[in-house]
Amino acid sequence: MDFLASLPGAAAQGIIWGIMAIGVFLTYRVLDVADLTVDGSFTTGGAVLVMCTVGGMNIYLAMLLAFIAGCIAGLVTGIFHTAFGIPAILAGILTQLALYSVNLRILGNKANQTLSVMKYDLLLSLRYINKSIIVGFIFVAIIIALLYWFFGTELGHSIRATGCNQAMARANGINTDKNKIIGLVLSNGIVALSGALISQYQGFADINMGRGAIVIGLAAVIIGDVVFGKIFKNFALRLLSAVFGGIIYYVVITIVLRMGLNANDLKLFSALVVALFLGIPFWKNKIVSKTIKHNKGGAGNA
Amino acid sequence: MLEIKGVHKTFNPGTINEKKALTGLDLVLNEGDFVTVIGGNGAGKSTMLNMIAGVYPVDCGNIIIDGIDVTKLPEHKRAKFLGRVFQDPMTGTAANMEIAENLAIAARRGLARTLKPGVTKKEKAEFKELLKSLDLGLEDRLTSKVGLLSGGQRQAVTLLMATLKKPKLLLLDEHTAALDPKTAKKVLDMTQQIVAKDNLTTLMITHNMHDAIRVGNRLIMMNNGKIIFDVSGEDKAKLTTADLLEKFKNSAGEDLDNDRMLLS
Repeated sequence: MDFLASLPGAAAQGIIWGIMAIGVFLTYRVLDVADLTVDGSFTTGGAVLVMCTVGGMNIYLAMLLAFIAGCIAGLVTGIFHTAFGIPAILAGILTQLALYSVNLRILGNKANQTLSVMKYDLLLSLRYINKSIIVGFIFVAIIIALLYWFFGTELGHSIRATGCNQAMARANGINTDKNKIIGLVLSNGIVALSGALISQYQGFADINMGRGAIVIGLAAVIIGDVVFGKIFKNFALRLLSAVFGGIIYYVVITIVLRMGLNANDLKLFSALVVALFLGIPFWKNKIVSKTIKHNKGGAGNA
Repeated sequence: MLEIKGVHKTFNPGTINEKKALTGLDLVLNEGDFVTVIGGNGAGKSTMLNMIAGVYPVDCGNIIIDGIDVTKLPEHKRAKFLGRVFQDPMTGTAANMEIAENLAIAARRGLARTLKPGVTKKEKAEFKELLKSLDLGLEDRLTSKVGLLSGGQRQAVTLLMATLKKPKLLLLDEHTAALDPKTAKKVLDMTQQIVAKDNLTTLMITHNMHDAIRVGNRLIMMNNGKIIFDVSGEDKAKLTTADLLEKFKNSAGEDLDNDRMLLS
């Protein structure tokens, strides 16, 4: 019963991290870039929200500022990648490293800052898990609806084309550099928004809260693909499957922690799980091509 | 319509892999010219097309399209003048996107990408009619992902995309080379129809000497990054493949060494 009682909390966390997975989906799946900025921009979002709220700002305005701060982080990575010609992964790592200092500054040179739900009017909190789940889903619905609209526009189409085939995009007059920057800006804005929600949920922002965020985001995207890939084809549903992936991830984590996994080993466990899920499509292809070869050989002999 | 003046291009200069791809290329295309381009391996045919399209910068020289010097313009800005079809059927289309979405992207070549709908209902109806005219059974598959199409179908869609918004210049880089003979013929017939209908200025690289002679009003032969033979009108129509091989030997002082060309 103790275990069942912890599931709603896992779901709430999963939904919020699922929002961050939507951001990862935009870079990893749509732009075809693994953007490691998110480990930093997630924390930036949390830090900005906490400091603004503690400073007396309206919570929605603080959320907006957190989003914009994430957008700026994405912009920096985008400029490193396109104007400096740095490979996307390295560009993201550089921004992420730089953000560590920036985030410390935002947090007033402290490693963490608390944000009590008793003192401030927060949108969600682990004290009110049911409300948090509902708020999380409202954010998911709004974000997916906006992205669904955006990627159906001329600009959205051109960004998808950029991620799919750059030669084709340029041949059709699309500025691929500009589009990559827009994608990175949007993605990191959403990631920061997720960080802002998490900091409210847990009641503090911590300089290390984003560490390994990219792995969790990828895990959510990949789990979503593996579980729902066959039935969810539509763009909006694919975004939703990333959120569901986040929920599944957190439920599984909760289960393994209950089963006695040392919390310190959690990141090791997460990394191995993601490696495993990334490997599955690769192994699947290998097995399929082997079977095809085998069958062909058989037909030839008969 | 197109003017290429003294264009040089050397890849990997100063290294063991140095390759002088274009060595002072001059070419003038008149409006409505349909030029076929032949030449040996590494003659600079594809490099010429890539230079026109702005895939790489030129070392020196100028490229002028329709009176505008585009030498310094990046690839995506030159695109508004150009329609391009590539040798690899994968290159010209976005595999993860629908046929209609690909066509809609091409319909906006040279225009700003705004927040208006990516494909309108009106466009879908137009695309359907256009695809019907191709007779490939694609008119009922507007929402299919292009990745599901065959190589020939993808080349046909790419050709449609390249000409949907009438280009100043159509660049075809061996666009039938990767297709089986029957499909290749179909795509080439389609190319001729579209070029004739819109009176497009066209530059078509081919490895098939029969096609090079049969198609278009002008033929140029390249070797070592230069044009060594340029023939048009009546003289071109009278050419035979034997003439071309001999012409090559006389001008270049060696036998034509294009593997695919000799096999075809």
